[in-house]
Amino acid sequence: MELPIYLDNNATTPLDPRVLEAMLPYFTNKFGNAASRNHAFGWVAEEAVDYSREQVAKLIGCTEKEIIFTSGATEADNLGIKGVFEMYQDKGNHIITATTEHKAVLDTCKHLEKAGARVTYLKVKEDGLIDLQELEAAMTDQTILVTIMYGNNEIGVVQPIKEISAIAHKHGALFMTDATQAVGKIPVDVNADGIDLMAFSAHKMYGPKGVGVLYVRRKNPRVKVTAQMDGGGHERGMRSGTLNVPGIVGLGKACELCRLEMDSEAKRLSGLRDKLEAALTQLEESYVNGNVNHRLPHVANISFKYVEGEGLMMAMKDLAVSSGSACTSASLEPSYVLKSLGLSDDLAHSSIRFGLGRFTTDEEIDYAIENTKKAVNHLRDLSPLWEMFKEGIDLSKIEWAEH
Amino acid sequence: MAYSEKVMEHYTNPRNVGTLDKDSKSVGTGLVGAPECGDVMRLQIEVDENNVITDAKFKTFGCGSAIASSSLATEWLKGKTVDEALTIDNMDIVEELALPPVKIHCSVLAEDAIKSAINDYRVKNGMAPFELAKSHH
Repeated sequence: MELPIYLDNNATTPLDPRVLEAMLPYFTNKFGNAASRNHAFGWVAEEAVDYSREQVAKLIGCTEKEIIFTSGATEADNLGIKGVFEMYQDKGNHIITATTEHKAVLDTCKHLEKAGARVTYLKVKEDGLIDLQELEAAMTDQTILVTIMYGNNEIGVVQPIKEISAIAHKHGALFMTDATQAVGKIPVDVNADGIDLMAFSAHKMYGPKGVGVLYVRRKNPRVKVTAQMDGGGHERGMRSGTLNVPGIVGLGKACELCRLEMDSEAKRLSGLRDKLEAALTQLEESYVNGNVNHRLPHVANISFKYVEGEGLMMAMKDLAVSSGSACTSASLEPSYVLKSLGLSDDLAHSSIRFGLGRFTTDEEIDYAIENTKKAVNHLRDLSPLWEMFKEGIDLSKIEWAEH
Repeated sequence: MAYSEKVMEHYTNPRNVGTLDKDSKSVGTGLVGAPECGDVMRLQIEVDENNVITDAKFKTFGCGSAIASSSLATEWLKGKTVDEALTIDNMDIVEELALPPVKIHCSVLAEDAIKSAINDYRVKNGMAPFELAKSHH
């Protein structure tokens, strides 16, 4: 077993060697521009891109023509939301999203507010799921788009996508989802789920960085987005720019592998995740964040009360994980996602996200359990809050000198 | 962000972790910070009849830099008179631990903890507290 152990697969995943192998020829002898229509170099590249489109389409249940390649999920979120807003502004200016979305969605919505959009940010319940009645109540005849993420990047909860899309459609709005954490990990089917636009990226599913997809529905209804990048009219005019052929080939291969291995992999990972969670919640005052019944198989977000996340990560130096604490940012603000669940700031500061992946082994999880337990106990020995808790002092009654 | 060697050293082998009897007249306790902000320091000093700090202990809830700052502070306090202790400046801690700008607040908190512990000691022993400069941040 090699140290440190990578348990941050929600941030990014390692490239699968099989994906790398598929990509390599397209850096060297198959280097053609997929838009070169007049010679074999271009045809080879175009053929590879078309094949990738098929592989991607098969994973999410759409047709090849509905795939727009982008530089990643952030660009796809921008293109989808801004593109719909501009294309459908005659119909209305109202967009509905949620407070726990990724910044690529939230900041895009904020940007559009300056351009005249009205945006509703739905709160989530304590378990991280949105309230469908609140969504229903927020819909107006001006609502053109509902955009709610599939699986959350920090806590892994999976939203009731079918129900959400049904509500959006009932009111004549389009439904978009940022499915970056979900595609390739759990079954995502754009038709069964009623998805009109969907953003995701390759590097979260063992593909390369720098390539992603915006799925844009072509039938029932035919969805259009205005281009956000002007140029040669690639990707049916929706996204200009020379295609990243090796990246696209890698994305296709990554999608194929995920499709073939998803069932067994999800079972294996949720088994490991459950083992990790069961062991760590045996520690006093530790809590799992987010709904535990509707979630991705590979994420565990746990708060260890009375220890601070960043300090804790230092003690877990053989584990690459992430924390909801943000002691490095000038604002000292902890994770807005955890705060949206109603977690107090101190519990949000005390959280650790474990993100398991394809290359996580049983042995590594055993090591992670021991390492984490040791670190939590070590930091609690150092923690004045833990001592006060043990003495029965109610910490909420203390007047803290806020700074 | 990588931590400096000195921060790592104090974090791995923190000096003077522990608790002194807060009810003792010779002990001053400073509790600063807030759980919501992600750091709380408790620093305690024991002072003898010659106004010399004979012992210092800390416990800290916070990041590695906060733990290292308070560990270093206890090390510096021991053997100093109370008046000497008052001259410890947060920038001395920043320099010693090579803290980056985003971690300067950890050193400020340590300085506040020292002053707050000294004032607790003074008040307990019938002296007026020193006027503390308002929070630096």
